[in-house]
Amino acid sequence: MAQITMARALNTALRDAMEADDRVVLLGEDVGTLGGVFRITDGLLKDFGEQRVMDTPLAESAIMGVSIGLALRGYRPVPEMQFDGFSYPALDQIISHLAKYRNRSAGAQPMPVVCRIPYGGAIGAVEHHSESPETIYCHTAGLKVVTPSSAADAYSLLRQSIESDDPVIFLEPKRRYWAKQEVDLPVETEPIGRARVVREGSDLTLVAYGPMVKVALDAAEAAQEEGAGSLEVIDLRTLVPLDEQTLVASAAKTGRMVVVHEAPQFLGMGAEVAARVTEAAFFHLEAPVLRCTGLDIPYPPARLEEAHLPGVDRVLWTVQRSLDF
Amino acid sequence: MDQTDEQVRLLGEDGTLLQHDTYKVDLGDDELCDLYRQLVVVRRIDVEGNNLQRQGQLGIWAPCLGQEAAQVGSARALRPDDFVFPSYREHGVIYVRAGMEVLSVLGLFRGATLSGWDPQRHKVAQYSIPIGTQALHAVGYAVGAKWDGAEVCAVAYFGDGATSEGDVSEAFNFAAVHSAPVVFFCQNNQWAISVPLAKQMAAPVYKRAFGFGFPGVQVDGNDVLAVYAVTRVAADRAREGGGPTLVEAITYRLGAHTTTDDPTRYRTSDELDMWKAREPIGRYRAFLERTGLWSEELERDVQAEADRVAGEVRSTVESMPDPPLSDLVDHVYADPPATLLAQWRQLQEFEAQFETEA
Repeated sequence: MAQITMARALNTALRDAMEADDRVVLLGEDVGTLGGVFRITDGLLKDFGEQRVMDTPLAESAIMGVSIGLALRGYRPVPEMQFDGFSYPALDQIISHLAKYRNRSAGAQPMPVVCRIPYGGAIGAVEHHSESPETIYCHTAGLKVVTPSSAADAYSLLRQSIESDDPVIFLEPKRRYWAKQEVDLPVETEPIGRARVVREGSDLTLVAYGPMVKVALDAAEAAQEEGAGSLEVIDLRTLVPLDEQTLVASAAKTGRMVVVHEAPQFLGMGAEVAARVTEAAFFHLEAPVLRCTGLDIPYPPARLEEAHLPGVDRVLWTVQRSLDF
Repeated sequence: MDQTDEQVRLLGEDGTLLQHDTYKVDLGDDELCDLYRQLVVVRRIDVEGNNLQRQGQLGIWAPCLGQEAAQVGSARALRPDDFVFPSYREHGVIYVRAGMEVLSVLGLFRGATLSGWDPQRHKVAQYSIPIGTQALHAVGYAVGAKWDGAEVCAVAYFGDGATSEGDVSEAFNFAAVHSAPVVFFCQNNQWAISVPLAKQMAAPVYKRAFGFGFPGVQVDGNDVLAVYAVTRVAADRAREGGGPTLVEAITYRLGAHTTTDDPTRYRTSDELDMWKAREPIGRYRAFLERTGLWSEELERDVQAEADRVAGEVRSTVESMPDPPLSDLVDHVYADPPATLLAQWRQLQEFEAQFETEA
């Protein structure tokens, strides 16, 4: 087995998808010669040429609108938004057209577009480079929202997303780009729409996705070492479709649940998970579903981000609140 | 600002044919007569749309009255495998390219469907109500067509108001950089709902093209022959690898923005009268009369065709069934989430109660 970073896995997934289907094209700011600011498209321009890897003008709405037009021409575009905080100019195209096109054509016109967005904080970045906009996309019917937490999932979920006839917002946790995993590529993991229990436990379930899965696993490990409880950890993997079954089964087993995410709490994924689990597993619950999340604030300056983002200690503190309930 | 010395015209106000160095009319007699038929039919469809709205059969209608020459002339200049990206007032373009598919437009304004049609069938994208957004789709399609080595162009239709949107400027720039085979066709109808041209922009639309690095042409949008000729040249240029062209067709929205609008609140009857005198169909008929192509028989045939189409529009709309409830969820995803399917089952359960009671 090889030690592979998530960045390398994503790069390989793009390369393999482009080799498998010549209608797959990449476009975005700096994705060509530079290989992307995170080097996810490194080397692809050289091997596939300018018609498959396009350095676009610096205009996010154009990147998305042009992708929609390419899809109408029969292409499978994979546009890149350079950073979470720069993806907002494309929202009109995403919400008004990308998400709705299939529905508005009574199912006649698919929109096989995968919009890749590096997201999340904890990289000490200047403002507008650390945001977690997943709720905006999850709230937009017609989109799928996928976010891997490991190299293997990054590869497999990106391949699946590119093969999907539904538009996918593919959120890449940038703090995990350089984390390594033992894996041989190509690899096929669970399908889009399936969560994974990444650690079995009996006292409480931690629900996380993307950048927070590692934090949740570290918290579970620490809890075990400290004798503070046996924590189960679920990696959602895809936010839309949401795997309600796996969540409910775990809540029924442990009776307690804490949802962890970087995004602000208000109307976030935690609220959705809590509502669903409360309805479907009400009589199994020993405590209300709690949330350990970012504050309801604009993303703070880097020197304050540690307090804003859930870390192992705050996750464990929230776990204790649930256990004490 | 709305009219310049450089504006291309092939028909005088009285229907005389004018000569132009670049733009020629290459249509035969039958085609010239057919152009008249299409202008008249499009106007009749539009009248019918207004009537059907007044009678409660449509929720709203966006009239194209006065813009028939801009729409019919430009659409006639295209080939079947070119791809059109309309705004929401291009009923004339739809009729010319797709015939009675225009009924889908009526379904949209009735509230029976969303856009509803398959964009690939007649190479007409869905109506695009968010202003100017479709210009970028045209550029994307054109870039893809160029990669495919296809000799086709994409045509983006939009209005004067849309030129203030960022997407239109982004589309101009993107198309220029990639020399995309696009025709940007702006129907400058002088009003963006209640906001006049002078409050929308400080320079003529067509001149912007030069700043982005491609040609812009202003044409008399109420002169169907000039519109046809200018669009033809722009489309040929695009298909032959020459890149984008911006066509600004100077016209006038003789009707309201939509049937919910009251234009008397913002424009004078003098202005309206001036533009009524310049409306496109009378001028074109005068041209046909001058050249001996018009006859009582042609007029009878054209009016009969307009009556037939109007009748079909009316009867189809009046008998248009409400969509099935399943249209709510059936087409949102190719592969729908289980959470949506569960919601749908719950709604069906709820609805079933009332069926039992009835």
